[in-house]
Parts: sequence; C-alpha cells; structure tokens
Amino acid sequence: MPSTTPTPDDPQPATIARLAARQWALSGRWTARGLGRVPQILAAEPREAGDIVLEGSQLVALDSAGAWVLHHWLRGHAPATLRGWPPHLQGLMTLVGAQSDATLTQPQKHALLARTGESTVAAARQAIALLHFIGEVALAALRVARHPRRLRLRHVLRNLQIDGFDALPIIGITAFLLGVVVAYQGADQLRHYGANVFVVDLVGYAMLREFAPLISAIIIAGRSGSAYAAQIGTMVVTEEVDAMRTLAIDPIELLVLPKIIALAVALPLLTIFADIAGVFGGMVMARSKLDIGFYEFLDRFGREMQGAALLIGIGKSFVFAFVIATIGCFQGFRTQGSADSVGRQTTISVVQSIFLVIVADALFSVAFNVLGL
Amino acid sequence: MNTATEADAVIAMQRIHTRFGSHAVHTDLDLEVRRGEILAIAGGSGSGKSVLLREMILLQRPTSGTIRLFGEDIATLTAAQAHALRLRWGVMFQRGGLFGALSVRENVALPLREHSALATDMIDSIAEWKLRLTGLPADAGLKRPDALSGGMLKRASLARALALDPELLFLDEPTSGLDPASAAGVNELILNTHARYELTIVIVSHDLDLLWQVSDRVAVLGEGRVLAHGTMEELSRHAHPVVQAYFVDSRRREKRTLHE
Repeated sequence: MPSTTPTPDDPQPATIARLAARQWALSGRWTARGLGRVPQILAAEPREAGDIVLEGSQLVALDSAGAWVLHHWLRGHAPATLRGWPPHLQGLMTLVGAQSDATLTQPQKHALLARTGESTVAAARQAIALLHFIGEVALAALRVARHPRRLRLRHVLRNLQIDGFDALPIIGITAFLLGVVVAYQGADQLRHYGANVFVVDLVGYAMLREFAPLISAIIIAGRSGSAYAAQIGTMVVTEEVDAMRTLAIDPIELLVLPKIIALAVALPLLTIFADIAGVFGGMVMARSKLDIGFYEFLDRFGREMQGAALLIGIGKSFVFAFVIATIGCFQGFRTQGSADSVGRQTTISVVQSIFLVIVADALFSVAFNVLGL
Repeated sequence: MNTATEADAVIAMQRIHTRFGSHAVHTDLDLEVRRGEILAIAGGSGSGKSVLLREMILLQRPTSGTIRLFGEDIATLTAAQAHALRLRWGVMFQRGGLFGALSVRENVALPLREHSALATDMIDSIAEWKLRLTGLPADAGLKRPDALSGGMLKRASLARALALDPELLFLDEPTSGLDPASAAGVNELILNTHARYELTIVIVSHDLDLLWQVSDRVAVLGEGRVLAHGTMEELSRHAHPVVQAYFVDSRRREKRTLHE
C-alpha cells in the first residue's frame, strides 16, 4: 500500500490485514470518519491466543474512536506489541489501554406495570398541584379584592389588547367561515322539506350557543394560553420568577391575575364578535343558496331567537376563559430547568386547555338539558 | 503582525472590521493562531472577544476583512468545505451548549453518531470513555445536563467538543461561574487535553489564573483591535493603560477599601 500524506479531500479508509500468525498490519485513517466497516470486520475475525504484533508503519491517522475500536478488539489478548507506529499515535494507544473496561451503566427501563403506576401517580400529583394552584390564585384574588390598589391595571389592559383586541381578525374570519359552513350544510337538507327559512334558527342557535364560544375558546387557547405557558416557563428557567419572590412580589398577583381578569373580559366580548361574524356568514350563504335576503333573515332572527341563547354562549365563554388562563399559567409554572421543558409545558397547556374546554362544554350541554334550557 | 509563517497559522484574521448598526466592535483587527499553541483572548466586557470567537467558528461573518481557517479563506468556502472544516474543530460554549433533551452521554455520542458509521454500543462506550477522561464521575453520563453542577457542565461540554478528536479547540469562558477549586481543575484539564491530543486551543477568558497557568500567548482586545499580544510575562510589562489595568487590578488581592 502506498504511503501518502493525508489531505482532507482524499481520506484513505482504514484497513487491517493479517500478515502471519499473530501479526496484523494497519493502514489508512483510523478515525471516526475513516473507520467505515472495520469494526464489523474486526468483530468477525477469530481471536488468536498469545501476543499480537500490530504493524503500524502505514498508519496515516488514529483518533480515539480508532484506538477504542482496536482496544475493544484486543481485549482478552495479552498486551499487543506496536511495531513501526508513529510515536504520537502510540501515546493514544497507551491512554486507551489504561482504561478499565467497565461495563456501561444503561438507563433503567421500567416494566409496563411500573410505568403505568408512575404515570398514574404523576397525573394524580398534577391534579393536586392544579388544585393547589387554583387555591393560590383564589387567595391572591381575595387579597387584591381587599386592596384594589394592588391590581395591576396596566398589565390587565395590556393583556386585554394582546389577547382580546389583536385576536379580533382571526376570530372574525374563522367564525364567519363557520357560519358559512353551517348554513351550507343545512341548506340542502332544509330545501328538501321546503323549510328554507329555518336556516335562520339553525345558524342562530348553532352559532350563539355552541360554535361561537367554542371556536373563540379554541383559538384563544392556541393563541394566548400557549403564550402564557411559554412566557411564565421562560421566566422560571431564567430565574425571573425566583427574583420576583425575593423582591417580595407575588408572581401570581403580577403574572397570573392580570391574565385571568383580562381573558375573562376579552373572551366573552370575542364570543359576541364571533356571534356577529358567524351569523353574518350564515346570512351570506342563505342569500346565495336559499334566496333568503338579509332583511328577511334578520327579521326572522329578531322574532325567533331568544336572549337566553346569547347569554348561554357568553356564560360558557366566561368559564372557558378561566380554564384557558388557569391552565396556561399553571403549566408555565410547572416548567423545570431547560428550554426543552418550556416547549413541552407549552404543548401540554394547549392540549389540556382545549380538552378541558370541550369537556366543560359537554358538561354544560348535560346541565342545560336537565334544566330544560 | 508576527514572524510565524503562513503554514504555521491555523487561524489568520486580517483587517477585521465588525459593526452592529452604528456600533463598531472591531476596527482593523489582526490576529493569528499558530499550530499547537494555547492562545488566550482577553479583554474587558464588550471588547468583542465573543464576537471574535463566533467569527472564527463560522457562526458570524465580519463586516469586512479576511479570515483564513487552516489556510482556507472563509469568503470562498463552499458548503461542503465549511462542513469539513467544522469537523476539524470542537467548541465548548460558555453555558455548555449541551442539548437539554439528551443525557450527557448522548450529548457526547451525538457527533460520533452523526459523523461515523460506528455501532451504537461502540459509540456509547467511546462517549463514556471521553467523559471519564474529563474527570466526570461514572454516574454523570446518564444525567440530564440541567442536573449537573457548573463545573461538571463545563467538563461534559469539553467532552462533547473533543468527541471527534478535533485539531482545534475553542473554549469560551471555560472557568466563568466556577469556584476557585473547580476552576483550577478545569485549568489542569485544559493542559492535560492539550498534551494528550497535541491540539491548538483558543480560549476566550478574563480569568487571570487561567491566563497565567494555561496560556502560551495572550492577545488583549480593546478599542476594537488587539492592543497587545505576547506571554503573560511580556504583557505584565506592557505600557498600555488598558493592559496595565488588567494586571495592576489583579495583583492587589487584598481587600479593597473605598477612599472618598
């Protein structure tokens, strides 16, 4: 094999060849990148008893990965003799030879039953922690109610703008499209029975009672709930929350209460806006598919719709606001240590708040059914 | 700027200008790193040490000026050449830069996993060996980076920087935030590593113990350029007030009192 000087563009792959009994010749670049399939070839070679001579005059390079592969192969042999090795490479072999081959400790893997138990306990702990958090928020709210000057009005207004006003376009467009879809789906069925005009009731009740509060809550959970978790989570990681505590500022009072108050105001208002946009979407569809003009639509809407439908939707959105703000902040505070954790808690906050919003919505349906509303 | 030949220079930076908006960080800066030396870059906060380091490791481009890494001008690098260059150095970041989603051992194993065809168990054992060489206890490999103390984090980060046996090692503030005993341990580790792999090391630091004990040569940054460079002995006799302040301040180890 020709001996050439190494250049980065022309890596010579590592090779090993058996010259005679217990004599092996190494050549090429025994580096992490140059090793290629050598480890697999070595693993297949039978072990030889007695001292081994490694001829290294053709070696171009050797790094710790290469040395480790050799060391691993030689394990069980008597110490190998290095012949013709460049001196600086011998040092590395001595270094790796001095390493005891302690077995690697592997991460503990738990059985299915143990894992199930662990996640159950973790879920229960989280539920308790959530209760604890809600309690803390309630106490902070009481404190602020007794000393209203401690309410961070500026923070509330700022959150109102970011979480309420800035969300108007996305909520409006989504609700409008939802109204269009509901009217379109209903139009075909209603036309069969010649009951075109009932599209008003369909769109009205569906939007006011269900879709407007639900779609607003889902968008706000993705938009604001996640932001709360990420903001508080980052502040936990950068020790800002700890700093706040040492400055005798209650993080719940400063970070959580303004968000909950702002969302409790913003989400019902957004829901009303979604009602308007959704019904308008239904009107547009009713006119083009069912020949019901805007005036006719609104006339029937005014006569048939009851105020209760609107109030029920707004009431629900008020509850959803508490769910979203509480879960977002709670998951933010559960962040531990690293940036990775911030991402995880943010995801959890969105999934949990949307899930809980839908659960709450279902419970409302059951309750209203019982009450006959 | 000095007598070393081109071939000896692992990094050659010439007429470097760096500005962020209207703020000039480097104005006409020249610096050379020679093969096999331990060069420390010192200077006060805001003197552009870290920016200079980022320019050396291709994370940032200077506004103007030429940088040659291993003789290659970075202005004309292709993506493949840049990739090949990146494999020739290791970087230890100030706050570790370890991936929080991986265990410490997986962090060290990652470069090997990405850039070699070795089997997983072989990579794991090499990673574990690297961790032991940096003096980490046996149980550290399975921990998450956020469970490590400051000194252990620096060691783990060094182990990852050394994963591919680089020819060039960059250390950004290797002793910052460490107690004196841990810092001394890190200093010794740097010297050991240097002897073991015969590599070139560039350190950004203003830790005087480290500058005295570890570096072959020190370049002091200030006023946007290299104010002075040489051994610590030479620098301690340097006349420039910024360089002097560095040494005068440090020699007075007695408690300072305020004089009105």
